[in-house]
This record gives sequence, structure tokens and C-alpha cells, in this order.
Amino acid sequence: MNKKYEMVKNAAGRMVPTEVNGKAQVPYQGVNGYRPVGHKAAPPIASCSDYPMDGNKVVGSIKEALQLAGLKDGMTISSHHHFRNGDLVMNQVFDAAEEIGAKGLMWFPSAAFPCHEPMIRHLESGLIHHIEGSLNGPLGKYASEGKMDGLAVLRSHGGRWQSIQDGEVHIDIAVLAAPTADSIGNATGDRGPSACGLLGFGLADSMYADKVIVVTDNLVPFPCYPWQIQGQNVDYVVVLDKVGEPEKIVSGTTELTKSPDRLYIAELTAKFVKAAGIMKEGFSFQAGAGGTALAFAIYLKEMMIETGVKARFVRGGSTKYLVEMLEEGLTDYILDGQTFDLDGVRSMRENEGHVNTSPFTSYNWHGKGNFASLLDVVVLGATEVDVNFNANVVTHSDGQMLHGIGGWQNCLFSKCTILPIPAFRDRIPVIVDEVTTLVGPGELIDVIITERGIAINPLRSDLIEATRDSGLPIRTIQELKAEIDDLIGGSPQKPKLTDQPIGVVKWVDGTVMDTIFKIENLK
Amino acid sequence: MSKMFQSGPLGTIIKSDCQVFYKPGSEPLKIEIESKVDALFSNAIRDLVEKTLASLGIESGSFEIKDFGALPFVMMAQIETVVKRAHPEIAIEVLPEFKTHAQYGTSFGRFRRSRLYLPGNQPKLFLNAGIHKPDCIILDLEDSVPPGEKDAARYIVRNALRTLDFFGAERMVRINQGELGMEDLEAIIPHNVHTILLPKAETAGQVIAMEAKVQSILHEKGLDKKVYYMPILESALGVLNAHAIAMASKNNVGLAMGLEDYTADIGTQRTLEGKESFFARSMLVNAARAAGIQPIDTVFSDVSNEEALRESVRVTKSMGFDGMGCIHPRQIRPIHEEFAPSAAEISRAQTIIMAADEAESRGLGVVAVGSKMIDPPVVKRAQRTIRMAIETGLVAENWKEATAE
Repeated sequence: MNKKYEMVKNAAGRMVPTEVNGKAQVPYQGVNGYRPVGHKAAPPIASCSDYPMDGNKVVGSIKEALQLAGLKDGMTISSHHHFRNGDLVMNQVFDAAEEIGAKGLMWFPSAAFPCHEPMIRHLESGLIHHIEGSLNGPLGKYASEGKMDGLAVLRSHGGRWQSIQDGEVHIDIAVLAAPTADSIGNATGDRGPSACGLLGFGLADSMYADKVIVVTDNLVPFPCYPWQIQGQNVDYVVVLDKVGEPEKIVSGTTELTKSPDRLYIAELTAKFVKAAGIMKEGFSFQAGAGGTALAFAIYLKEMMIETGVKARFVRGGSTKYLVEMLEEGLTDYILDGQTFDLDGVRSMRENEGHVNTSPFTSYNWHGKGNFASLLDVVVLGATEVDVNFNANVVTHSDGQMLHGIGGWQNCLFSKCTILPIPAFRDRIPVIVDEVTTLVGPGELIDVIITERGIAINPLRSDLIEATRDSGLPIRTIQELKAEIDDLIGGSPQKPKLTDQPIGVVKWVDGTVMDTIFKIENLK
Repeated sequence: MSKMFQSGPLGTIIKSDCQVFYKPGSEPLKIEIESKVDALFSNAIRDLVEKTLASLGIESGSFEIKDFGALPFVMMAQIETVVKRAHPEIAIEVLPEFKTHAQYGTSFGRFRRSRLYLPGNQPKLFLNAGIHKPDCIILDLEDSVPPGEKDAARYIVRNALRTLDFFGAERMVRINQGELGMEDLEAIIPHNVHTILLPKAETAGQVIAMEAKVQSILHEKGLDKKVYYMPILESALGVLNAHAIAMASKNNVGLAMGLEDYTADIGTQRTLEGKESFFARSMLVNAARAAGIQPIDTVFSDVSNEEALRESVRVTKSMGFDGMGCIHPRQIRPIHEEFAPSAAEISRAQTIIMAADEAESRGLGVVAVGSKMIDPPVVKRAQRTIRMAIETGLVAENWKEATAE
């Protein structure tokens, strides 16, 4: 496991491996520095005559579908994470692969959750060689401990699409859980007993995988309309009793905060957006999951009502708070990338203005433009920022790998990126001299908002000017850092890291932005 | 086998605090530290523990520290607590640096609309209390602190007074009743306490005794500063003696109502309507006004019901009170908003102030608005109304210039 990696220094001054999981890598070359050439990847040519003329692609079991799809050692199996912690399919898929006797597989989920803890057994047995995807919960811990063969590769939602389109990741078999489908493979997430909203994270998989298996618990007569996944990309359909537990798609990150400090930060953020002149008729915003971001949306909504301002569109993760804004006429559209709660699922089904989007429309480096860069303001979280406004979302200051990137990196391209974050957690300060892991370059991060004041990136003299007389507590990031360090009893020491990489952070263009090293004396 | 002593909160879900276990003995000092923030602060924590023990003169025995992200001032207090639990004879105090931002002052007549209660043994609630901008913060040593934690709370509060920035809020401490309260004064008075809340005040004598104690501490420490008092009336006797209590010290800034104990004392229970406390509250308002100090109402305890809180503030304000207590930061803004003057009140106050300015500039002794004579207390009241309106952002600082144009 203690593999030696050849390391090079990238454009951000970070040491990164030249090869990851057997593939040569391009080091990060700056925010817009990398433009690969050539043609996009493509799935094998199919002939319709090889498929049932009656459109019935239903097979008896997951195991049978995997066998028909030609599962072999070393293949890559992909999946989406729209059920979040309520997924009932993927553990069964790898149990079936075990029965078939496969080895050395790569799992390529858009994200893994605590419900996927059984995969640890498959990692230990060698059935799964490694996982590339956002790792949450026990799998994140397992990878942090350096126990996984190969490196964890952390990509943004857009980066996952990029890696599929430019051939960096080749999917052999995609397994797409679908709350409703027909026998030819048309599928949707907005209906059925396990409705989860949309299936956008599985869209690239359906288009680029060699073989595509749709797994549903609600088979309807043709046509399943409207569809989100097209049956013409699907090889096999499997019917199970239950594919997911929709009540578990609501995770802790989608509950509103009760902390008075975080509510204060959220309110300060909304006031900033108003004072900076961003909140005006026809504007747009995105507030991610996480209690503070949700509270921000609520405060902003109050201000919009007071001021009589409407948004043209908001981007989700949709929640009931965004749905209320849509239904009260405060926005024309929700452009939704993933539904975070059951109100979002309902709204997606019922409201014409609640639009099903994917990382292709919003985040993809290889797309010809993206929704993310059209946003007037985006509000995101972070575990750390440094005095140069660089930010980290994947590791904590003590080096532990914590979170996936989600759409975070992709959202940084909005016209104004704000990170509302508590000044310290326990004793750990949020503003540091240098981030433990670089995930977002400071030139794309405009404003840091803590309960002890607001710091605006000096590059954004327009925002500094616009809010000069706002009465908001605007300070330099150095002033904020000094106040917080004084409170916590001085800057913390550096965590002791080994020279053993356990993962890499990709930039949105597929280049390697930073390396996550194993920490010493891990408990 | 020597006895094990312990300080710090019990249980496993602990935030911004620590547990200290101490077994006195003759063997060389042994210190074991386990911290949630070990990777970032292990050196700083060990250094702090060693220095604190050295200051207390502890050179032997074994210590075990379980840290959950305690800030240094908290950890110092918990170590001092455990050491003094084992060795009550030790009189040394281990004081953190007295920060400049902890040394601002207050004034007799400042607004005291909201006073945020913070249980003295829960430092995690102190850290950001000031950012919610209550008029006053109350570091409580009395009812919110369990009997077994009185010593720890005293050291935590003392250290907090030297360390934390409460961003301009008046720094109040509610001491315990009786002898314990006198000991509390010894610990906290030297550390820029602005105002002492005296619980269960029933006689003028209690205020006089407290003031004498405070004066002797200030004298002993060579401190030349003023400490204010706010007696809390929580019994039938206290209510009946309200005026005498209010007049007992020229440093009294207000009288506060404590209704939980009062209603029990008169043999009834608190209701939302509050008929049972009408007499006491009205008595308190009159006594305080007669003494020229602020009448302050009790707390509203249903934290999640903002509408009911607002209604209760409206009643409180209409009875003549200048402020009330709060037990959660989210109560502060509704209280300030409800105490804020109405548009009609502001407009009337502005008219009166302009008339007074006019009278002064023309050297007239009498202020008149239209055909009505205005008495000096009304002018003073109007000035206060405008000051509050400016502070709550309802009126611009330079409103006179704006009006003149």
C-alpha cells in the first residue's frame, strides 16, 4: 500500500502525483489554463436488431443483468447518488458481482453514503480495488486511513462528467436505480413509491457506458413519460421490490440550522447580497445544502418580499424553501440539479417552472458554456479558507478527509461567490495561513462571511466599493484572522502528515489540484 | 488509595469545554491529555496545563485531561477548580491575560432593554454572546448553576470577564444569595464587572452590605472604579420594600423583577395573562421611577414563541418598564424592536426637542409646543426616545439637519 509516487509541483505550488491509479495525470495549470484537444469519448456502436423488437429488456435479476453485460475482472461499475443515504441497490450489485466471482473492480459512484458501509468488506476482499467518487461516512474514514488500494479521486459533479466525456474514466457497466421505468428502459425519478426527484447524476453514465442497466421497483407500461433517462441508451431492465428509501434522501445537511450564531451569519449574508446591489429584479442565486445556506435563502426571501424584487431563476439542490419561493411567485424557475427533500420531489413533478437539469447543463468543463457561470451569486460552505481566499471543502484542518466536493468547485464560476462560515468550530479557526488541501483557488472566491465580520477579496474592488457605506461589519481577512486567533489562544500548530498520498483533488478540468496525505498517528 | 477529584461537565456530548481528573499523590507529576483538537493544539494544551499547575504550586499527583475544544481560559478554570477541590487551602488564582477588549466601561443611564442570561458553567454560550448585541450580558452564578458547580462557574466567569469581548454589552454578573454571594464578589469584582445583580433582594440592608463588601474589595485591590447594582425583587417582602431597596445605593441603576420565585412566594403560579403579578410589577415600576432608576421586567421563558414574546414585551413596555431579561439570543431583536419608539412617538419627541432647542437659543425658560407647556422631564424623555430611535436605526444620527432642510 505504501506505493511511491512521483510528485511534481503544479501551478498552485502544490505537490501532486504524475500518475493516479495507473493513469498519467496533468498537473493543475491555473483556473482556465487547461484545454485538452481531440474528440470526446463515445460508447460502442449498437445495432437495434440486437435488442428485443417488443422493447422488453426486463431480465430476472441484478446478477443476470451483470452476467449478460459481460462483467469481468477490473471493470468499472458506475452509479448515481440520488437516493443519498437511502440507496438499496448498489450493495446488492456488488454482492451479485461477488457471487459471479469478479475481482479488482472500480466503483464509480457520483457519491457514496453511510448506507454503503458494506462496501468495506468488498474493498478488503479485493472485489472492489478502489472507489472514485465523493466519499461520505465510513468509506470516507476508510480511505482517510489509507486502507484503500489506489488513491481516492475527488471530483466535482462537473468533473465527473468531464472525466467521462474526455475518456479519463471509461464506464463498463452503469447501474441506474430508477423510481419509475418502462421495459425498454425509459426511466424517471419524479414518480413511483421511491421517487427521488431527478436522475441527472446518472445521465452521463447512461450515454457513455458500454452497458447500461436500469433497476426499478415501479415498472409501468410503455411509455414512461416524461422520461429523464432514455431507453435507447439502456441494455437491461431489472425489477426489484424496493430500490430506495426516499425518506432518507433528506440528510442532515438539508435541515435548517437552529444555532443563533449561524442564523446571524446567514442574515449577514443576505444583507450583504442586498447591500452589494446583487438582489435586484430578475437576479439569480444558488444556495447549497447545509443549514446556513438554507437560512440565507429564507432571509433573502424576506428581503425580496419587502423590496418587491423577484428572481428569474434559482439553482438547487431544491428544498421546500426554494419550492415555496417558486410557488409564491418569487422566482420564475428552479433549475434543479438534485432534490434534497420530498417537497422538491413533489414540486419537480407538479411545477412547470421546476426544471430537471444535470451537471451537463450546469457544470461540465467540456460543455459549450455552463449555467453555473450565469448565476449572480452563490452561497457555499467550506472547512477552511486562507488569507489569500483559497478554500478547502474536502479535509478538516487536522488533515482528516471529510467531504466530497459536490458541485462546489463548479459553482465558484458564478459572478459572486460567498462563503458564510463560523469563525471557529470548537477551538479550530476557519481562517488559516494556508489551507490544508486546496480545492478552490482564491481568485474565484469573493467574500468570506463569519459572525465576527465580512472579508471581501481585494480583487473585488467593485464589491468593496458597493458596500462601503452599508454599515455592515466589513474588515480585512487579516483583521478577522487576528481576532479569531486571539480568542482561540494563538494560531494552531500544523497537523503531522505523512508523505503517503491517500487521495487527489481534481480541478474541474481534470487536472490535479492537490494531494491528500495520510495523517500521522491516526486514531 | 488516594481519592480522585474531577471537574468539568459530565457526559460525552461536550462542546468547548474539558474534563479534568486529578489524583493527588507524592509521585512525580503525571499529565495525560486527550483532545478533540489534538492535531492542532497538542503543544499549546500541554504548555497551558503545565504552566497552570506550576502557578498553583502543584508538583505531584496525576492528571488526566479530556478536552473537547475548550478555549484556554476555560481549561485554566477547570484545572483551578479540580486543584482547589482537592486542596481547598490553596488561595492562588490563575488569571488569564486581561485583554484590552475586556476593559471598556459603561454608563449609569445606558439602555438596558435586553439582558442576556448565560449560565456561568456553560462557557460555550459565552463565546459569541456579544455578537447578538444584547444591551447587557449576565454571567450567572446563581440559579442556572447547579450547587456542585458553583466553584467552577466562579472561575470560568472570572476568566471570561478578563478574556472575552462582549462587543459593548454591559458586563453583568448575577451573584449567589447570602455568604456565597459575598465570596463571588471577591472573585469577580477586580475584573471589570459593570453591574452586580443581587438576587432575592428584600431589604435595603442587603444592598448596603453588598456595596460595603464591594467597596472593601476595590479598596484592598487599589482599584478606583465604580460598580453598579441591580437588585432583583423576587418575593412579597422585596416588592413591599421596593422603594427602600431602590434608594439604598446611589449606584443602583435599576430594579429587576423575578417572577418565578415571586409567584411561588405569594402562593400562586405564573400565567400568560399575568394578573397575579400586576401589583408587584407596578409597584416595582413606581419604586424605580421614584428613585430615578430603570424598572426592568422578568424573562419570557418560551424561547420558540416569538409572537407571544412580542406581545409580552408590548405589555411590559406599556406598564412603564425599560427592559426585560432574555434567555436566548433570538429573543434580543424582538425585544429591541418592540421597545423601539413608534413613528408617532418619534415624531412627537422630535417636535418637543426642536421646541426645546428653540427655547434655549432664544433664552426662554419655558418650552412650549403650540399652546402647550412642556415640562423638563418630558423633554428628557423625548431625548431618550430619539436616542433609542437612532440606535435602532429608525432615525438618522443627523436628523436635526435633515429636518432643518
